[in-house]
Amino acid sequence: MQAGSTITLGDRSLSLEQIWQRLDEVPDPEIPAISLVDLGIIRDVRWEDGTLEVTVSPTYSGCPATSMIKLEIIKALTELGIPRIDLKRQLSPPWTTDWISERGRKRLEDYGIAPPQPAGGPQHCPHCRAEELERISQFGSTPCKAQWRCKTCLEPFDYFKCI
Amino acid sequence: MAADPLFELLLRMGDNTLILAQRLSQWCGHGPTLEEDIALANIALDLTGHTQLWLGLAGEVEGAGRDADGLAFHRDVWDFRNTLLVEQPNGDFGQTIMRQYLFDAWHVLQLEALRESSNPQVAEIAEKAIKEVSYHQERSSETVIGLGDGTEESHARMQAALDLLLPYVGEFFANDAVDEIMKEAGIAPLPDSLRSAFDEQITPVMQAATLTVPDTDFAHSGGKSGRQHSEHLGHILPQMQWLQRAYPDASW
Repeated sequence: MQAGSTITLGDRSLSLEQIWQRLDEVPDPEIPAISLVDLGIIRDVRWEDGTLEVTVSPTYSGCPATSMIKLEIIKALTELGIPRIDLKRQLSPPWTTDWISERGRKRLEDYGIAPPQPAGGPQHCPHCRAEELERISQFGSTPCKAQWRCKTCLEPFDYFKCI
Repeated sequence: MAADPLFELLLRMGDNTLILAQRLSQWCGHGPTLEEDIALANIALDLTGHTQLWLGLAGEVEGAGRDADGLAFHRDVWDFRNTLLVEQPNGDFGQTIMRQYLFDAWHVLQLEALRESSNPQVAEIAEKAIKEVSYHQERSSETVIGLGDGTEESHARMQAALDLLLPYVGEFFANDAVDEIMKEAGIAPLPDSLRSAFDEQITPVMQAATLTVPDTDFAHSGGKSGRQHSEHLGHILPQMQWLQRAYPDASW
């Protein structure tokens, strides 16, 4: 997170840190357990000639949540009283699940979604923590997830694919 | 050649992903199992995302005020630059999966090469897309193996699909004037330079699937040049475009 640069809006000042904090309260529209900052898609926030530039990296190319995410960012920042906002799309380097924060991973698991693992499959069942698992499908209810099942508690669960 | 070769290249990329996404979307609600239905819809979604990037850039390069939607919804058959393979009917599930695997195997190699493009916008789209497309190939190759090396019935259907579709593969690897200029500019690879890597990719998969690759180098062509599409594209477009044609610039 960046801090330091502060701008004066009317009778109050607003730091970049406060803006990051506000963005950290915006939930992902499809997985509301984690915030856009946890998800790692907000790459940069900076002032350019009185306009707030927010750089966002899309998760999956066709993810229908992308336009909703843009809307939610603009809504949150407008509520902070920021008059001019410019959303920039950054494709490169492409978003990776490595950018999901530790807190984000923990929140995913608490929500019942196994966080991404470099090994390509979930570490353990998010419900009972057993490690004997099987894949049901490489795809799931959103572009970022696959479906797995726990062989111990027999519950199906979502796995956040590692990309 | 009338059009800017970079514009042509971007149409070829974007029209392939657009038409295949449209074809795959036709499975939505009809998949043999819920998981397969979801998988096909998800792949269609990824490809639609790539279409927005490729055709969006094509519109910028053209500079005539057309955006991705304008190019997708307001062109006719003769303007499309997709290969004939992707416009072929879905057939049975096996035929759809075979078409997907043959496409994925080319797509991964093409995107790997485009990542090194001298055009930074082309390179960054390829870098983004390849993550998703590698995953598509993982699944389609496993499914080809599962069905090919499955029951007598599934094996026969997969062999029939391979026999039917292999003649559509050659078009991906045939060079033309656009390709030569793109290669010269360092923007894209020459199509025929990817052929041996393609064969190396599909040979072990077809072997594991107990399928016989037909011994023919006959290749249908006319899609990527726009010279002669199959009749099928003419049926896809009205279904895909009718709303934007009936109510231009409608949005929701």
